[in-house]
Amino acid sequence: MAQSSQATEGLGSIPALLQRNAGQFAERPAYREKEFGIWQCWTWAEAEKEIEALALGLLNLGVNEGDFIAVIGRNRPHFYWSMVAAQSVGAIPVPLYQDAAADEMAYVLEHCGARFAVVEDQEQVDKVIDVQDQLHQFEHMIYVDPRGLRKYDHHKLHTFTGVQDQGRAAYWEFIEDLKARREKLDYDSICVMLYTSGTTGKPKGVVLSNRNIIEASRSSSEFDNLSRDEEVLAYLPMAWVGDFIFSIGQAYWCGFCVNCPESVETMQIDLREIGPTYYFAPPRVFETQLTNVMIRMEDAGRFKKWLFDSFMAHARKVGPAILDGKQVGAWDRVKYALGNLLIYGPLKDTLGFGRVRVGYTAGEAIGPEIFEFYRSLGINLKQLYGQTEASVFITLQPDGEVRNDTVGVAAPGVEIRIDESGEVFYRGAGTFEYYYKNPESTKSTKDSEGWVATGDAGFFEEGSGHLRIIDRAKDVGKMADGKLFAPKYVENKLKFYPNILEAVVFGNQRDACTAFINIDLNAVGNWAERNNIGYASYQELAGHPKVLEMIQSHVEEVNRSLADDPMLSHCQVYRFLVLHKELDADDGEMTRTRKVRRGVIAEKFEDLVGALYDGSTEIYTTTEVTYEDGRKGAISATLEIRNAKVVPVEGEKKVAAE
Amino acid sequence: MKDMDADSYTTEDGRRIGGVVMEMRNITLRFGGVVAIKDISFDIREGEIRAIIGPNGAGKSSMLNVISGFYNPQEGEVYYKGERRPPMKPYQVAQQGIARTFQNIALFEGMTVLDNVMTGRIRQMSSGLLAQAIWKGKAEREEVANREQVEKIIDFLEIQHIRKTPVGRLPYGLKKRVELARALAAEPSILLLDEPMAGMNVEEKEDMSRFILDVNDEFGSTIALIEHDMGVVMDLSDRVVVMDYGKKIGDGTPDEVRNNQAVIDAYLGVAHD
Repeated sequence: MAQSSQATEGLGSIPALLQRNAGQFAERPAYREKEFGIWQCWTWAEAEKEIEALALGLLNLGVNEGDFIAVIGRNRPHFYWSMVAAQSVGAIPVPLYQDAAADEMAYVLEHCGARFAVVEDQEQVDKVIDVQDQLHQFEHMIYVDPRGLRKYDHHKLHTFTGVQDQGRAAYWEFIEDLKARREKLDYDSICVMLYTSGTTGKPKGVVLSNRNIIEASRSSSEFDNLSRDEEVLAYLPMAWVGDFIFSIGQAYWCGFCVNCPESVETMQIDLREIGPTYYFAPPRVFETQLTNVMIRMEDAGRFKKWLFDSFMAHARKVGPAILDGKQVGAWDRVKYALGNLLIYGPLKDTLGFGRVRVGYTAGEAIGPEIFEFYRSLGINLKQLYGQTEASVFITLQPDGEVRNDTVGVAAPGVEIRIDESGEVFYRGAGTFEYYYKNPESTKSTKDSEGWVATGDAGFFEEGSGHLRIIDRAKDVGKMADGKLFAPKYVENKLKFYPNILEAVVFGNQRDACTAFINIDLNAVGNWAERNNIGYASYQELAGHPKVLEMIQSHVEEVNRSLADDPMLSHCQVYRFLVLHKELDADDGEMTRTRKVRRGVIAEKFEDLVGALYDGSTEIYTTTEVTYEDGRKGAISATLEIRNAKVVPVEGEKKVAAE
Repeated sequence: MKDMDADSYTTEDGRRIGGVVMEMRNITLRFGGVVAIKDISFDIREGEIRAIIGPNGAGKSSMLNVISGFYNPQEGEVYYKGERRPPMKPYQVAQQGIARTFQNIALFEGMTVLDNVMTGRIRQMSSGLLAQAIWKGKAEREEVANREQVEKIIDFLEIQHIRKTPVGRLPYGLKKRVELARALAAEPSILLLDEPMAGMNVEEKEDMSRFILDVNDEFGSTIALIEHDMGVVMDLSDRVVVMDYGKKIGDGTPDEVRNNQAVIDAYLGVAHD
């Protein structure tokens, strides 16, 4: 796309981009959603009409400029329209995580003082009604799915289509007001407010202006040559900045189509049907998919397994080089082409990656093996490094310069510097305005020159000039003897094993490292089935001696590989235990984006950490758990603590010798 | 029972319950010398959730089989929509608009969920075998229209993700839901559910209860269900018939039934003379 970035062209807001698209791309698809088994489509012209009707309806309900409108639901066109309609009337959309518990929602709704909410269904309506009494300013709720809601008190409750109908009916009454409000929007007006999940403390409301969103979308679209022909599948939480950039920012800038899955469970099927050309997923999604492929290959016949293994070995050897356009021998190319016909092509198609031109992963480090697997299949999977506060993009990997241990070069228009302590700072057009109602945090994060602290420690690699992130700056610590402690590095090594879903490594200020391990129910369950191991619950499987043995062998392998790294050989895991429950966002142990909250875990499982260090071989513990509907319960278990073999001191000598 | 709208009323939660659609009068069913049902009478009103409960062997399933036409009682009459129903074959009963699910799941295991639910539309298809095979004109239009209806039910029962999965690969709880979907696809005027929660865990039971209430609310279906889990029944139903040893020992709202001495005895156990 060759549009210039000037806001003066009248493209200073998302609603302005919508007007342009409705004119230029009128008949091209803007949204698709699978419903009743069929992909329903809205063109840009139709989407504009839907959004206008909703915006008029919002005016009819009395939305003022500067009001906050909460949006709670899974990825559906209606919610994207709601956000743009809110912007059109001068209000600020605030998307929330739809799986958040009622009191988490109460905090955000209270903090931003939302007067209106657009929600999905009875479940969300019930949650908001539950907390309504705590919210003095809250007035109206609009819902999309009427099922089960017919008998509710409809004084303050409205159907989505009803609001649109009222808007259409009152067209002449409000259209002038709508136009006037829309025209007032410019680069400086607020585009959206997103709450960061935060691995510590309460969520913060990140205020992003139109400049932030549009500039970040423009430059990143140009970086990857995104065009109006892209297809994306919107399935990541709408409250997450990435979805806002991909499904609204870039989609509106380029004019491409956003596809919404039928339900959360059908995502994999829908992915395959749509075959996106531009795809984003956090490492966990890629991990899960790879695990599933491997599980199914374990069940395959011997010939198929051999075919898969031998061609995958070949793909690992030459696939990434072919993808990067490097020199590869003719015979290897022929073999790769054959593999593509037999294995890679069908596999990519099954995974829904048959057409992916640009794929990104970010949020956490991705295991090298996982990364290589997808790239060797010929999927252009790259990494980016970003934050809500940066409107996603801080660094990106250019095509042909992709590696698993770096996160690429500074995104266009972004400056990066690294301070003495190793912390990464950035500033650019996408840099957020401020934290809502939180000037102290704003000040401590963003300095007067616009530099923002990422909280991550990293360095630029000599030669390539790519940024390498080591760990969260606050997670990197020192062992008791003063050596570097980088928990995430070790955890990522552990998590590479399909059987290990999550790991938490302890060792800061201690003389040795220990770990909590979460098994992957899918992978371990399948393994148990094949080995005739019976189990009735997650807890029972997690505590099975054979499972512990298997995990122990993984830990020991990791120790061996750590021993080869002179910088981190002392981070070998001496003792570990397998947790009796899965770490869960509902229990506050992880963020909604599934990052481990170390502080919370260390505190909550204090007894277990203690046991890891006091030499005991088992411990009885009781843990409070929160069910999906917010009720609480407790589970208790006796956990076995195991010692893992560590590779002795050789590393020490190496360090000493150097 | 000719005056169907005579005493219709509205429940506390705003559902309209109509007049009697089905009435059992003095039904007695024997298998040789064994009396399975002895002189039982009760009625089912339009739009209500009517439960038949009782301990094991009380004759609940036999009663359901009488309603569905699988058994013909030796004595007594069945009145449906105000008219006496002559002895019938189950398929004739189905044609009258009565659909059912089974306690021990009777789906086509090798077929997909979608195909299974489509079989529920058999009554709505009139084109012949040859026309179906050629699949042009009416046969095609018919299938499209039926598929649309089926998709609405799939959406309603939230089984989109297994639409193309063979039923044999599904876990028990989901199979139960597919059976409900197939019964719903027939757009029945009375829906018979034979132990819809049998063998389910608490969470699955809650889900199933939700679906039953939603079906009743959304489609206005009259539902008659058999269940021996008292807790579930009391929360779901408008009226309950309690059976024990083939006899009716209670009939009324859940509260009335709960306080009925005969029912308490049957469930808590009392010495039989």
